[in-house]
Amino acid sequence: MPQNEYIERWQKLHGKRLDHDERSRKKTAREGHQRSKDAQNLRGLRAKLHQQQRHKEKIQMRKRIKAQEEKNVKSSTEEQSKNPVPAYLLDRSNATNAKALSSAIKDRRNEKAAKFAVPVPKVRGISEEEMFKVVHTGKKTKKKGWKRVITKPTFVGPDFTRKPVKYERFIRPMGLRQKKANVTHPELGVTVQLPILSVKKNPQNPLYTQLGVLTKGTVLEVNVSELGLVTTTGKVVWGKWAQITNNPENDGCVNAVLLV
Amino acid sequence: MATLLPPPTKRQKRETTEKSQQQQEIQGIPENLGSIRVQFFDQATGSATGPAVSVPVGDTSVKNLETLLNTLQGNEEDERVPYRFTYQSQDDKDNLTVDILQDLYQSLLKPGLKTTEDTVQLYYTPQAVFRVKAVSRCTASIAGHGEAILATSFSPVSSSTMVTGSGDSTARVWDCDTGTPLHTLRGHTSWVLAVSYSPNGAIIATGSMDNTVRVWDAKKGQVLGGPLKGHTKWITSLAWEPYHLQQTGRPRLASASKDSTVRVWDVVSKRIDMVLTGHKASVTCVRWGGTGKIYTASHDKTIKVWSAENGVLLQTLAAHAHRVNHLALSTDFALRTAYHDHTGKVPASDEEKVAAAKRRFEQAATVNNQVVEKLVSASDDFTMYLWEPQSSNKPVARLLGHQKEVNYVTFSPDMAYIASAGFDNHVKLWNGRDGKFITTLRGHVGAVYQCCFSADSRMLVSSSKDTTLKVWNLRTGKLAMDLPGHRDEVFAVDWSPDGQKVGSGGKDKAVRIWRN
Repeated sequence: MPQNEYIERWQKLHGKRLDHDERSRKKTAREGHQRSKDAQNLRGLRAKLHQQQRHKEKIQMRKRIKAQEEKNVKSSTEEQSKNPVPAYLLDRSNATNAKALSSAIKDRRNEKAAKFAVPVPKVRGISEEEMFKVVHTGKKTKKKGWKRVITKPTFVGPDFTRKPVKYERFIRPMGLRQKKANVTHPELGVTVQLPILSVKKNPQNPLYTQLGVLTKGTVLEVNVSELGLVTTTGKVVWGKWAQITNNPENDGCVNAVLLV
Repeated sequence: MATLLPPPTKRQKRETTEKSQQQQEIQGIPENLGSIRVQFFDQATGSATGPAVSVPVGDTSVKNLETLLNTLQGNEEDERVPYRFTYQSQDDKDNLTVDILQDLYQSLLKPGLKTTEDTVQLYYTPQAVFRVKAVSRCTASIAGHGEAILATSFSPVSSSTMVTGSGDSTARVWDCDTGTPLHTLRGHTSWVLAVSYSPNGAIIATGSMDNTVRVWDAKKGQVLGGPLKGHTKWITSLAWEPYHLQQTGRPRLASASKDSTVRVWDVVSKRIDMVLTGHKASVTCVRWGGTGKIYTASHDKTIKVWSAENGVLLQTLAAHAHRVNHLALSTDFALRTAYHDHTGKVPASDEEKVAAAKRRFEQAATVNNQVVEKLVSASDDFTMYLWEPQSSNKPVARLLGHQKEVNYVTFSPDMAYIASAGFDNHVKLWNGRDGKFITTLRGHVGAVYQCCFSADSRMLVSSSKDTTLKVWNLRTGKLAMDLPGHRDEVFAVDWSPDGQKVGSGGKDKAVRIWRN
């Protein structure tokens, strides 16, 4: 038993106080009073924190009230959705939305202009000085200065083994390696954490693509088998491309958007 | 770099040839096995046909058994029927069903299921005398509809015309031989959800989201009068009065609607003949039986049986625990095609047509000298029920096995099978007589929307959300043909009653015609 759960332990041994329910009811009933007192009397940082918390709570409350109101409204004219469905799929809410996917995607693909459009079209240039740090340890290495450490997060495939020290020109630090990306589906607005399969293109430099450097604007291949997308031939889609939208070196995670 | 294997040595080659020779020899039947006693049973009724017959094991191929059974039944030379034989083990525990593919030795004796000492009980099902070839290629992908295709139906007359209903509020008639549009049926103001040919193939009825039903001349593609107004919500399903029950020149049509009523229309005078009210929620499916009954399924969990004469509620079949999605009658195929049979000969006069339609219906529905119409219903509670509404309000069998909603169910034309398509990506096959589970047809990777038997009941085509059609061989329970090609989910599929073509349509707005 954790040390701090002494109250639970006491209650297990002796049971609750006889007036426990009464007291807890009163406590919750008085909560509003206590809160208003706090709101009026707190000063300084504690007041600030209290306000912040209260602000968040109120947002949640409003959302919940709004949802409730929407649920109560009885609309006489049922909204007709835009894409036609057969009679046996009408009145089925779940069947339609999960598959906004491929039709919209395919329509977009037909438009030639959309073919080369990516969510992050321009990236900041990253110089080699920023990307690599020269390693100065060891006698030979120090003299010649040919070894580099990559300072950005990288993706390293599961079958990678390090080369002997003598031949290893680029070191990809373990602490900066990423295996998964938080991928957002742009149409559905769903974000899923998916395993990265490979780095397809780093816009900075083909060398970075080879090394698997993850910077903003890099195109990845992610494993989408969980999403259950299908191709025209009815096969399950396995890998799909996604583009990184954040600066992984700043955030410590990889956020990407699916290219559809 | 791939490693190249060295070519096989002489010894390896010799061994493989020896092995293949041995395997070939095993395929044959040993000479000295003597004979085996065979007793035939009718699959449809379960009753024995003729006495037990002793047959030499060497002569027990399916062809020979067919000849024997035909002789036992006293069929003349020209009315010989091909049969399919199955062996069902008697003890209920394992409930094994073996299909006799080649001969009794390979199927029963060699696996040790039976010995030559036993009497083998073989269940036979008559097969269609004609054969439908599996469709294998897309002959036409016809653009034309501006929106997704929601319903499709072949003409009962031939496979050369087909009608599709679409989300662009038109229905279109296609010439399937040339892959060209024939007519565009314009008039509805919203999605066309249901299309149906009349049993004689002269009239097309369409039901729409705009709460109306319209009838069209199938030949000319012109509207026959104005819309049939009366429903207050959209139309979900249509059913024509069977041809042999129609008063001459006064065909009737039943339409089911979301407004929880079924209306029976006099198509010629455009009047409401009857309104069948009683359901408490949306009516999903309507079927007009050949014995003058209308069957309706609804979201209120019940199936109701109405008299087609006066609209009286005869029965309420309640067993489902969730909305009932679809109904199928064992005689659906015979009713749909009326007097059009596989020979393509059409009777000359109207009386002969009615007589032919009646004869075909009775032939299909007669079991044990009784006209029995079976009904199977699919539901959102993941189960199906098999009913015999004539004899009882209680279901004959409960068909369990699907793991998600069952959307579509259909009887095979020879009534031997029931196929059900569910949102759990599977098509399941059931025995049409007692509802026993036969097999699961696995292969789709998305929800299966519809399925349709070929006219000879040897194959099944299913359409799915995963954008493919798949053709299944029922005998082996395996995939016969995978038909990719649609670019989005396939909502509607139909196999023409003469078995030549399959038509499909879906979200990608293109109608596709498939043939062998």
